[in-house]
Formats: sequence, structure tokens, C-alpha cells
Amino acid sequence: MANLKTSEKKSKAQSMGLHTEVLTGKTQQKFFNPDEAENFYYFGTYDVDFNKRTEIDVKNMDCREANKKIDELMKDGYGTIVIKNPQGKHSLGVGILNKLNLIFEGSLGYFGCGSMDGPIVRINGRVGWSCAENMMAGKVVIEKNAGSCFGAAIRGGDLICKGSVGARTGIDQKGGTIIIGGDAGAFTGFMMQRGRIIILGDVGINLGDSMYDGTIFVGGKIGSFGSDAVEAELTDSDQDWLKRKLKVAEIGENFDVSKMTKVVAGKKLWNYDALEPTEKKGAI
Amino acid sequence: MCGIAGLIHRGNTSNVGFELQGMLQALKHRGEDSTGYALYGKTDGENFIMRFKVGENVAEGSSSVKEDVSVYDEKKKIVDSYLSELGAKVIKEDRILPYSLRYEIQYDKDLMEFSQKIESVEGVEILSMGKSLEVIKDLGNAEVVCNRYNLDKVVGTHAIGHARMATESGVDIKSAHPFWGYPFSDVSVVHNGQLTNYWNNRRVLENKGMRFMSECDSELIAVYLAEKMRNGATLEEGMKESLVGLDGVFTYFVATKDSLGMAKDTMAAKPLVLYESDDLVAMGSEEIAIRSILPQEIETYDPFDGEVKVWQI
Repeated sequence: MANLKTSEKKSKAQSMGLHTEVLTGKTQQKFFNPDEAENFYYFGTYDVDFNKRTEIDVKNMDCREANKKIDELMKDGYGTIVIKNPQGKHSLGVGILNKLNLIFEGSLGYFGCGSMDGPIVRINGRVGWSCAENMMAGKVVIEKNAGSCFGAAIRGGDLICKGSVGARTGIDQKGGTIIIGGDAGAFTGFMMQRGRIIILGDVGINLGDSMYDGTIFVGGKIGSFGSDAVEAELTDSDQDWLKRKLKVAEIGENFDVSKMTKVVAGKKLWNYDALEPTEKKGAI
Repeated sequence: MCGIAGLIHRGNTSNVGFELQGMLQALKHRGEDSTGYALYGKTDGENFIMRFKVGENVAEGSSSVKEDVSVYDEKKKIVDSYLSELGAKVIKEDRILPYSLRYEIQYDKDLMEFSQKIESVEGVEILSMGKSLEVIKDLGNAEVVCNRYNLDKVVGTHAIGHARMATESGVDIKSAHPFWGYPFSDVSVVHNGQLTNYWNNRRVLENKGMRFMSECDSELIAVYLAEKMRNGATLEEGMKESLVGLDGVFTYFVATKDSLGMAKDTMAAKPLVLYESDDLVAMGSEEIAIRSILPQEIETYDPFDGEVKVWQI
């Protein structure tokens, strides 16, 4: 349970530019009172052992069968599951609310690993549209390319694509970090509200269009800025964070982050309401 | 939502009918009101293959008015007499279904005049005219249409196809894709998306003498490209101009006798996954379409916004 009252955490996050809000509000106190922790129950969570490993071949399964099988294996305590022959099937690995090492030996179709909270996923292939949509927490690493709407509406966690991604990466993003090793398409960060996007390559037109908040870092060329997206000063704190994040992500470790362009919201377009602080979304 | 798929074998031939059937069937959840194939097979290079219909499939789910087979017979007779008047010699005739026919024709004059004459018969539409191209489209999913027309044995170099969910116009053959690039032989188009300046463009193109057979917005792409080529543009130039001239969201494929191209709108709002190697290019709305012919692990990617690509056989 996140301790939201820790002033040290708050000031550190603020000093790094993660947010500017002051944590106040009855809703915040009520929902995250540690005394009430016992009242919170997450459906579908199991005790698993990461050293207990198994493999399943989903070649002849539909996505529902495959996801059910993953759930059954977690129930049996398996903490490392390898999925063979995903062959571009849609909606694999969705809704996992558990700690788990999940490895896909191949490519996924649409909506892979959506609405998950906690697993560490490695995809040794490509992913289709809307990978990791609505992810709450965890880490997803894609070894090849990704389709459009990559990380749509994610609220937390790290989403890493070592190749290039399609259009509208991080659309409606509400938290977490998206890291792209290659290029990104048009409308990257469209209407994003929180979180960070790092693109080491080039990015297409309308970057950060209509973004409310959040930060985008671009290593290559920018096709054009979207409405209300503006360039901001790249601080030392930003560079420290970028280096650390890229190292942890095992991507672009030697990348010269000092040459990156930082893009933020101009905040001229929206009458922004600050009643929902980042921490609340991050802790949900 | 519709699904499109295409493939081109470079320097080789393959069983493209069977391959495209697998790709389109994998996309059937994107729409199975109708399915269409544009297959580029091997011909002797001298005669035209004309695929045409003299009526609609009036099966359950069709938005067409039911007609008696005798009406189709009458229309066929008129077409035959017009062919004779035009000086076209029918070498081979196949009546695959009461409403769907395939003629092998010797003809060496203007195709526009030819098409206008044939299509002046009410309800008659040339689905394709070419020395390599054959367009086959009908109601139902890919497997149903493939079985109905025995397409799984067709050998050729390249093919494009479409699985349709009817949203803008009727459930009928005339609104089904692919569309022939009238009046150019061997040009066909499939499209996924919506065009928002359809009527403006249609009025302009009709005033220039171009013909529309349906009210399906996707037909505009075929007519638009045909008009550009009629004025001397190459296929690729026409496709690049379409990114500006066509408004809306779209990914479309266009094929000619020896090439296959794709274009994606500047919003990149419609999906496309692409696999490219020295021997084969395969693409579809979803990766599972490509996986139906290449189940092994391969490198695929999404083309970016505003991208146009053309491959030769």
C-alpha cells in the first residue's frame, strides 16, 4: 500500500518534475487509509513462485482458452510461464492482476497484455494495436516492433518497445513510462494526461497533440508539434532520470540524453482541473 | 470495420487463390457481409478475361431485389449481342453462377467505349477486365466465396482481397470490393476506412467522364486513381496525390498487372501490418492474416502515416 503521506517521497518526486499538485482532498484520505487495507481485495491474485516454471503451446487455443490456462497455472503457483506459438493472436495475457514472469515466444495481435497490474512480460516478437492498454503496473518489454495505440491509457508501469511503433503511442496516457527504441508515428502522446514517453528515434507529425500534462522526450527528429505541445528546457534532473530509466530498460544505455528534446503541455488549450492528483491514479 | 489483405510473389508464382483465402478468412471477424478477390494469374497475354455480373446474389442478407433467372438470361443475351457489335470475339465462356460470368475475349479497341456499351444494360457490371486480373466477389465470408467460385487452385503472382462489413452502402455485389480501376485493364483496389469527401470528388470525376457503379465510398479510390493515370500520372504518383485529394481515414491497396501498392492516410487511423522479404510481400489489416501463410516467426511492422509503397513482381 502506497504511503501517500510520506513527505520525503512527495518532495523528491516534485523536485524531479513528476507533478506539481499538493496532495489534499477527502477522497484521497478515504481511499488510501492504510487502516482500511484489509478491506481491499484483488480478484484473481495468487501466491506464485518465480522459480516454478512451465510452458504452454497456444497454437491451437483461442485467446480465451489461453488466458484461462495462464490463470490456472498461476493458481497452481507457477511464477514463470512461457507461451509458445502465440502467432499474432489477439488479447493474449490480458487482465493479469498478479506478480508473474510471462514470456511470449513469438508475436501478439491486438490488445495483448491489456488491463494488467503487476506482471513482468517479455515478448520475443512483435505486438499489434493497443498493446498493454490500461496497464496499471508491471513491465512489458517488446523485442521487435509495435502497432498503433501502443500503451493507450496506461496508468503505471514501464512499457518498452525496442523497435518502432505506429501512430498514437501513449494516447490518453495517465501515468507510467513508455520507451521506444526506434521511431514513432503520428500523434504520439495524443491527449496524454500524465506519465512520460521516451522516443530514441524520430517521431511523426502532431507530437503531443492536445496533451493535458506529462512529458515527452525525443532523441531524433520531430515531424511537427501538435496543438498546445511546446518545447521545454531539458534539466539536469531530466537527464539523470533518462539515463537511469534507459539503463533499467536495457535500451539505449549509451544514448546521449543531453541532445534530447523535451516536450510538455503549453496548458493553453484546456481548463485543467487539478482535483485528481497523480498519486491517486498511480496507487489505484 | 473491414479487413484487407494482399500479397505479391516477386520473381515467382504461387497458389495465390488459396493463400488469399486463408488471409481473408483469418480476418472474417472484421466483416463477412461479402468477400472479394482480385487475383493476378497466368494468362496467354493476348486475350482479355472479363468477369461480369448480370444480376445480384439475392441470398438471405442481401439488400438486392429478387429476380428470376430468366431475367439474367435475357441480360446475358443482350451482352452477347453487344459484344458482337463491338467486334469482340468470345473465345471461351463460363457461366459460373446464374448471375456471374467469365468470358475470354479477343478485343483490341478502346476499353472505355467497350465498358460503356456493356454496362448500358441495366444491372450488368464488369467486375474486372484484364489480361491478368480476375475480380471475384460475392456475399459471404472468404471460405464461402472461395468454394463457390473454386478459387483455391488459382495460380498467380499477386492478389488483393477484402472482407467487408457493410456500413456505408448495401449488402450486394456491386458494393463489394475489390473495385476495378475502370477503364484501365488489370487495375484493382481494396479499401478499409471511410472517405468523407466522396460526393464532392464523385461529381467532379463524373463530369470528367468517369463512371461509378455503386454508392460505396471505396469505389472513389479506384476511379480517382484511374483518372490520374488517364492524365499521365504513374500509379505511385496517383497514390501520393490521393493522400491529399481524398479526405477521411483509409488504408488501401491497389494492384496492376505487375505491381502491388499500399497507401495509408496522414492520420494513420486504419491498421496495416506489413511483411517484406526479397521473395514475398504480404500485408493485412491484422497480423493474423499474414500468419495464415507464414506461421513461423517473422519481422513485421506497421507502415507510418502518409506512407505509400509500391512493389513489382
